[in-house]
Amino acid sequence: MKKMLLMLLMGLMLVTATACGEKQVVLNVYNWGDYIDETILDDFEAEYGIKVNYEMFASNEDMYVKIKQGGTKYDVAFPSDYMIEKMIKEDMLESFDAASLENYPYIGEKFKGLSYDPDNQYSVPYLWGTVGMVYNKDMVDEADMKSWDVLFNEKYKGQILMYDSQRDALAVAFKTLGYSLNSTDPKELEAAKQLLINQKDLVLAYVTDNVKGIMLSEEAAIGVDYSGDAFMILLEGGLDKFGYVVPEEGSNMWFDAMVIPKGAEHVEEAKLFIDYMSRPDVALKNVEYVQYSTPNVEAVKNLSDELKSIPYAYPSDEELDNCEVFVDPGTFVEEYNKAWVEIKAN
Amino acid sequence: MLKKYSGHPYILWSMIFIVFPLILVIYYSLVKVSSETGRLMFSIEGYKTFMQPLYLKVFIKSVLLALEATALCLVIGYPIAYIIANMKPELQKFMALLLILPMWMNFLLRTYAWISILGKNGIINRFLGVIGLPALDLMFNDKAVLIGMVYNFLPFMVLPIYTVLSKIDKSVIEAAQDLGANSRIVMRKVVVPLSIPGIISGITMVFMPAVSTFVIPSLLGGGRSVLIGNLVEQQFLVVGNWNFGSAISVVLMIFILMSMRIMKRYDVEEEGEMNLW
Repeated sequence: MKKMLLMLLMGLMLVTATACGEKQVVLNVYNWGDYIDETILDDFEAEYGIKVNYEMFASNEDMYVKIKQGGTKYDVAFPSDYMIEKMIKEDMLESFDAASLENYPYIGEKFKGLSYDPDNQYSVPYLWGTVGMVYNKDMVDEADMKSWDVLFNEKYKGQILMYDSQRDALAVAFKTLGYSLNSTDPKELEAAKQLLINQKDLVLAYVTDNVKGIMLSEEAAIGVDYSGDAFMILLEGGLDKFGYVVPEEGSNMWFDAMVIPKGAEHVEEAKLFIDYMSRPDVALKNVEYVQYSTPNVEAVKNLSDELKSIPYAYPSDEELDNCEVFVDPGTFVEEYNKAWVEIKAN
Repeated sequence: MLKKYSGHPYILWSMIFIVFPLILVIYYSLVKVSSETGRLMFSIEGYKTFMQPLYLKVFIKSVLLALEATALCLVIGYPIAYIIANMKPELQKFMALLLILPMWMNFLLRTYAWISILGKNGIINRFLGVIGLPALDLMFNDKAVLIGMVYNFLPFMVLPIYTVLSKIDKSVIEAAQDLGANSRIVMRKVVVPLSIPGIISGITMVFMPAVSTFVIPSLLGGGRSVLIGNLVEQQFLVVGNWNFGSAISVVLMIFILMSMRIMKRYDVEEEGEMNLW
């Protein structure tokens, strides 16, 4: 007993001793799962002597709830467009004049002054992309793939994967009908809902993370998917076998950006980290690993041929013509949810 | 003296981790952020919303599916428990271990594994293809959800029944045989009635997780139908309507409590003073 107490005491002393000894800053970074080349974190630690404590979330809403609840001390977070808008509205983000960062000029002009942060006060774009259809060239007629209509075509019954999230699934329906994907018109929502109810018989499954698994095992011909996830399918399954397309009716164009939550303890270090991530060589290293699209124009120049050859990885302006960015729907999200439950319960 | 206070840490523990969260859930189900003032105010809107036919339909579907899973678990689990309980003692331990072994693996992984078994190009369909039979649609429907539930929750049915069966005094069975009962009558009149407490805890332990699961329907059901667990998940993680989400949880809890109550009464009638757990 005495021995154990002694050991406990010694252990305690050891802990306090080290705690006093080091004054190293620990930066708390909160990002999506598997959304960074983690060796970059080591590089950053080596270069600036700032330790990075890296944590991950699975969805914008997870992250929002956790930060909103308080008790967390994240210095850098990576929310998406509509969530940034919502967090700015609720005064949850630190304004840090992003444009003053050293590497900010490397961010492409079309990624600045976006609707969710018009004055570039709160965020620096990290990665961006689209939502489109990934398809198996052996199983579809490529001529059909230009339009979302293919998802409602009897020909592909039981071979279609829809995205299992109310916002993304409804966005597809809105765009097919020629509406805005941010529609809050009850009549348009009703029409979109009806379209998706009628589509149900054709759908093999509603999935999110396992689009990749199902597509690669050739269980489905077409899947609605986020661009980066689709690119992984293309690279793994081969570009001659799999394709990705953003339909001409337009789609969702999204941005994930780096922000500093209010109450962060290390704002200066957070700015340093954000700036570091925007440095062309770091952004390049990162995007070669994560395979989404980078807004860093200097990094795009040096991209490997393989990544450059992916369709719609860096689409032209006219290819993005009809694309829109999600807007925070406020309490109308409850109507979306109700429509979604009706679709699923039918 | 010591004995008197030894329970206190446990009581404190359950206060913090069981009673307090429960109160929170009930609290959230009764308050809502007012859209005008931004303050919390009393509201039973969550419960009202739940009474809409749309959500009731989801609720009924979940209950029916959970009942089916429970019944299947009982039909499959009882013979397993009976067979194990009648093995040699050393073998019994080994078999019980085998039964628990898969549970040491992550629940998600075990469920994912079924995708490669039931899929269009999965093991079963490949086998059917080899022997020249047409492929079956096994994946992404309610049957797949049912299979997933039965697979995951079967040990919860087998273990309590096995525990009760292995404790049955062999002399009781011998007495019945001495009095001329054949094996079928021994089973019906002695073994099954004596194992009712195990059956009842088995049913409760399978039914509860089955009615509230949301991972199995999304993975194996392909998200094609929404169950009550998905509804709660969405309210908290997507919509952010804690009022409605909590209200659904409270209704579900009350429903489970009521069904336990009913089963317990049945238990008492059959067994006198035997307890549920």
